[in-house]
Amino acid sequence: MKLNLKVWRQANGQGKGKFESYNVDADEHMSFLEMLDVLNQQLIEAGDDPVAFEHDCREGICGACSMVINGRPHGPNAGTTTCQLHMRFFKDGDTIHIEPFRADAFPVIKDLVVDRSAFDRIIESGGYISVNTGQAQDANAIPVEKEQASEAFDAATCIGCGACVAACPNASAMLFVSAKVSHLALMPQGQVEHDKRVQSMVNQMDLEGFGNCSNTYACEAECPKEISADNIARLNRSYLISSLTSD
Amino acid sequence: MSWFTQLLTSSLGKKLVMSLTGLFLILFLPVHLIGNLQLMADDGGESFNLYAKFMTGNPLIKTVSYLLYGFILLHAIQGMLIWKANRGAGGGSSRYQGGKSPTAWSSRQMAGLGMVILVFILLHMWQFWFQMKWGDIGTATYGGVETKDLYTIVQHTFKQWWFVLFYVISMIVIGFHLQHGFQSAFQTLGLNHKKYTPAIKTLGLIYSIIIPLAFAIIPCYILLIK
Ligand code: SF4
Ligand code: FES
Repeated sequence: MKLNLKVWRQANGQGKGKFESYNVDADEHMSFLEMLDVLNQQLIEAGDDPVAFEHDCREGICGACSMVINGRPHGPNAGTTTCQLHMRFFKDGDTIHIEPFRADAFPVIKDLVVDRSAFDRIIESGGYISVNTGQAQDANAIPVEKEQASEAFDAATCIGCGACVAACPNASAMLFVSAKVSHLALMPQGQVEHDKRVQSMVNQMDLEGFGNCSNTYACEAECPKEISADNIARLNRSYLISSLTSD
Repeated sequence: MSWFTQLLTSSLGKKLVMSLTGLFLILFLPVHLIGNLQLMADDGGESFNLYAKFMTGNPLIKTVSYLLYGFILLHAIQGMLIWKANRGAGGGSSRYQGGKSPTAWSSRQMAGLGMVILVFILLHMWQFWFQMKWGDIGTATYGGVETKDLYTIVQHTFKQWWFVLFYVISMIVIGFHLQHGFQSAFQTLGLNHKKYTPAIKTLGLIYSIIIPLAFAIIPCYILLIK
């Protein structure tokens, strides 16, 4: 299949980027990243600078493969990361726009690569349990309701990719932060530090310069792990209650 | 920073202010509507004028009304500040715009819709509220009670088709603003549960259609039928 790619090229964080046009001959069985590999091979052979993009696991679990495809983070398919998106979802002759995740809190490093260390700093501010929880527990040693466990697990599937920020018209990080707060909040081990965690993570999120959530739910629609915006309500609730009740 | 300022200046706290003031305004609309419905009564303005007199005279209602003006301003100013901060956070405007957004139109247009509503409210306050309070308008007497004759002013205004058109457009705008705002206020407060969230959403949708529609019918009735 012949494709026309409009790829965002930007030499570094300071430079002003722009879309460059490339023609690529891809195979419908390729993943989107393999198609980009073909493009880069072409560029290298022609002596040009290959397109910088991030990838690691290529199996939908690491969250590295950040890019906006035709205006949608991780492309057109629901619940799918870029690396799991296959070229059979495009048609021969398609024009595809590819650009980086855009947010002031995610500055561009080069081409499609952005600096998402803001997320790391949010996690460092409180997204953990600071006691040693020991070996894996025997099943049912700590009673947790099935529904609660499932909800916690759903929140825990967030891979920290940042698509929620890229999708949001306000570049808000609420879906990510709420998922990270929720998967601990729903477990007994997460209770002790809950109030402190909520306060620190929200403060760090604000410091990083993410925008204010206005409940458009674009995040929920674009999240490759289909994290629910119900978690955002939980974060709102937890923040208000912890502000009113904690020391 | 005290915990209270910390709460109100955080990103979540700023929205909390939007949510609480918004809910107050949502409660106010039906009260206002009940008053307006008396404009359609065929009693030469008696019930409406007496109601307007009561609303501007009762000290409790006066206090609540100053709270209301404060909340409208707070809601508008905070909304503009949030809009400005959010525009700044987006990381440049060179995005490819061809994609279809998965979000509701009204949810992305709250600031624009809000600005139209603010202009409407200012004009509305000038035309009726200011005239009632300080304007040199005529009086009417019902059973020995003298009132300012706001009724005639309203009837006169609503006989101008261009104003009725602006009024109806404003009501449509308010409807869209409410469509997002109603359920959004609960989400921001963290009041979300599968037991009642579907009911809130349905109620919000019904509210955002019925209330603006009822408001809009009144000037149309006066212009076309009365
Ligand atoms: S919430 Fe979804 S979109 Fe956001 S970082 Fe986690 S996995 Fe990615
Ligand atoms: S490369 Fe790891 S999720 Fe796509």
